[in-house]
Amino acid sequence: MQNNLKKLTKRNETYIALVVLALCLLIEVRSGQFFTANNLVDIASAMVVPGLFAVGTFMVIVSGGIDVSFPALASLTSYATTKMLLDAGYTGGMWLPILISLAMGALLGAFNGVFIGLLGLPAMIVTLGSSSVFKGVMQGALGSVQLAVIPPGMRAFGTSALFTATNPVSGLTSRMPVGFLALIAVLLIAFFIMRYTFFGRGIYAIGGNETSAHRAGFNTKRTKFLLYVFVGMVASLAGLIRTCMMQQNHPTNMLGMEMNIIAGVVLGGTAISGGAGSLTGCMLGTLLIVIVENSMILIGIPTIWKSVFVGALIIIGTGVSAYQVTRAHRIKSSRRLGGEVKA
Amino acid sequence: MTTKSAGKKPGLFSRIDQHVLRLLLVMAVWMVFMGLTRASRFYTLINFQTMASQFPEFGLMSLGVMLCMITGGIDLSPVGVANLVAILMALFLKQLVPPEGGLPVYAIPLVFVLGALIGACLGILNGLLVSKIRIPPILATLGMSELLTGVAIVITGGAAVSGLPVEYAMTVNNKIGGMLPVQLVIFGVMAFIVWFLLNRTTFGTKIYLLGTNPKAARFSGLKNDRLIISTYMISGITAALGGLVMLANYNSARANYGSVYVLQCILVVVLGGVSPTGGKGRISGVVLAIVLLRMLETGINRFPQISSYYISLIWGGVLLLVMVLDYFSAAGRPGKRRRQTL
Repeated sequence: MQNNLKKLTKRNETYIALVVLALCLLIEVRSGQFFTANNLVDIASAMVVPGLFAVGTFMVIVSGGIDVSFPALASLTSYATTKMLLDAGYTGGMWLPILISLAMGALLGAFNGVFIGLLGLPAMIVTLGSSSVFKGVMQGALGSVQLAVIPPGMRAFGTSALFTATNPVSGLTSRMPVGFLALIAVLLIAFFIMRYTFFGRGIYAIGGNETSAHRAGFNTKRTKFLLYVFVGMVASLAGLIRTCMMQQNHPTNMLGMEMNIIAGVVLGGTAISGGAGSLTGCMLGTLLIVIVENSMILIGIPTIWKSVFVGALIIIGTGVSAYQVTRAHRIKSSRRLGGEVKA
Repeated sequence: MTTKSAGKKPGLFSRIDQHVLRLLLVMAVWMVFMGLTRASRFYTLINFQTMASQFPEFGLMSLGVMLCMITGGIDLSPVGVANLVAILMALFLKQLVPPEGGLPVYAIPLVFVLGALIGACLGILNGLLVSKIRIPPILATLGMSELLTGVAIVITGGAAVSGLPVEYAMTVNNKIGGMLPVQLVIFGVMAFIVWFLLNRTTFGTKIYLLGTNPKAARFSGLKNDRLIISTYMISGITAALGGLVMLANYNSARANYGSVYVLQCILVVVLGGVSPTGGKGRISGVVLAIVLLRMLETGINRFPQISSYYISLIWGGVLLLVMVLDYFSAAGRPGKRRRQTL
């Protein structure tokens, strides 16, 4: 028991969970509206798209890279899918849209993967460039405009609910979207990959030290390439689900999300230099950002303060974990120096 | 070839390196192409003057990003700094106007000095986060950018600050002797200062060493933290000046102006031959890349049938292409390739 407690206090996830809990309690005390059924369902529903993006971002950051192109990738694939199916007059179910966007996501992910995985170019710059390319293809080549109607199958997927929650006081109801199942499914897949497959362990190994991973027998190029393909698929799924949930496709309103998602993942204890981090922490960090974004209005903070809070969260969150790492290093090296002096 | 720049001290154009040569070639091809297709609308004095007044905005910001990248870091906050400084200075300018109208003579120099000071402070803050707290530069400057944009939104309520005294825009948009845009002069002076710092002072040699190998720099007795802080401080100053030029060009200030410049700054810096892993890069390449980018965009705008949205596609494509070219030209020389992560 004591051992478990000790383990818990050493983990980053414990602290971030405490922060989330404290924030929830604060909002509850100030507004009395937080722990109502419909607010909780609303937050779960708001978690779906950022959560999916966060899974992809988490895997990339663990591998020692970074991806800023996923909002552009998701915008492009969801726009192209919706537009294609609308033009074809598609009236069927949800499977075809999912398959089409997954295929396109894999293709665009492979585009990133070729540069980052096979050629070993810096991920940050490559994804900055590719996000610009994706945006250019969407707005220039496809001439994207807002699509106010989406195919009936996608509409049905977006409006159907697992269950609905009603607030007994205000009478407001919230639907739990079916898309939430997609988040759970992707989480399970990612958890399985990262923990039980050679591929997933390779991602951790590459993030820790690419040369060592290569020497240890991991095919680092192929692992990185496949990683970006997978992440592209997850991002395109997120884009499609967002389109379904919003009942329309707005080509540009996902752009700019990357900063908050990265912030959430890093807040959850994923090392930005790669090699360490857990999905639990990543989800908790994302939850923190989602709650800050959605619930500030409940405690009477106007929405114009949003960027200030998110920016401060990024700096403080990464600062605390960076400072801990530095301090640990200093203690270690001073011990070593002390030992040498004695000897 | 490019690695020599760290040790020796070449003049601005005295030794043409590979990147500069490639950029000159692309520029020449583009100029010939424009000459053949749109000569009457491209080769006019007014067109070149317009270009020269447009590129200093992000050109100034790129100078700072370049210095940070040479140290092995990156600065994603120049646009956030620029907008916040522009907004603060716009509000200050409006305060300076006496009730009977007419801006005092000292106002514009004062605004520039004050703006640069604020930029320097914000830059120092970036530097502290990167060096003392050891937040990775991407995240530190990203967070700062978000925070500063947030502060700018809170100050203005998200609206544009306009109604500036006309003298400000008139002075900065003026052309000296009817020919030389003032913005270009500001850019030229800053570019010269950066060139001087990099090639004629020990500061330059030190940051090249820091970017090449921080551990070696530390054991050579360099004060790494102080160097990083001064580098981000200079980046803050150039970003602030970029913001002040932007303020004059738009004649207003707003929290979300110039948001595309973040990508453009990194693009021109990489295009200009600065290595994203640090330690390499020359000002001549970056200045050429800035001018080339402006010429490409202005040139494309001369073709009305091409949607301006293609520009983002072209920039992204050019950035990736340059990196791939670098990869294959570096691959030919053994021992020149390094492991690159971020």
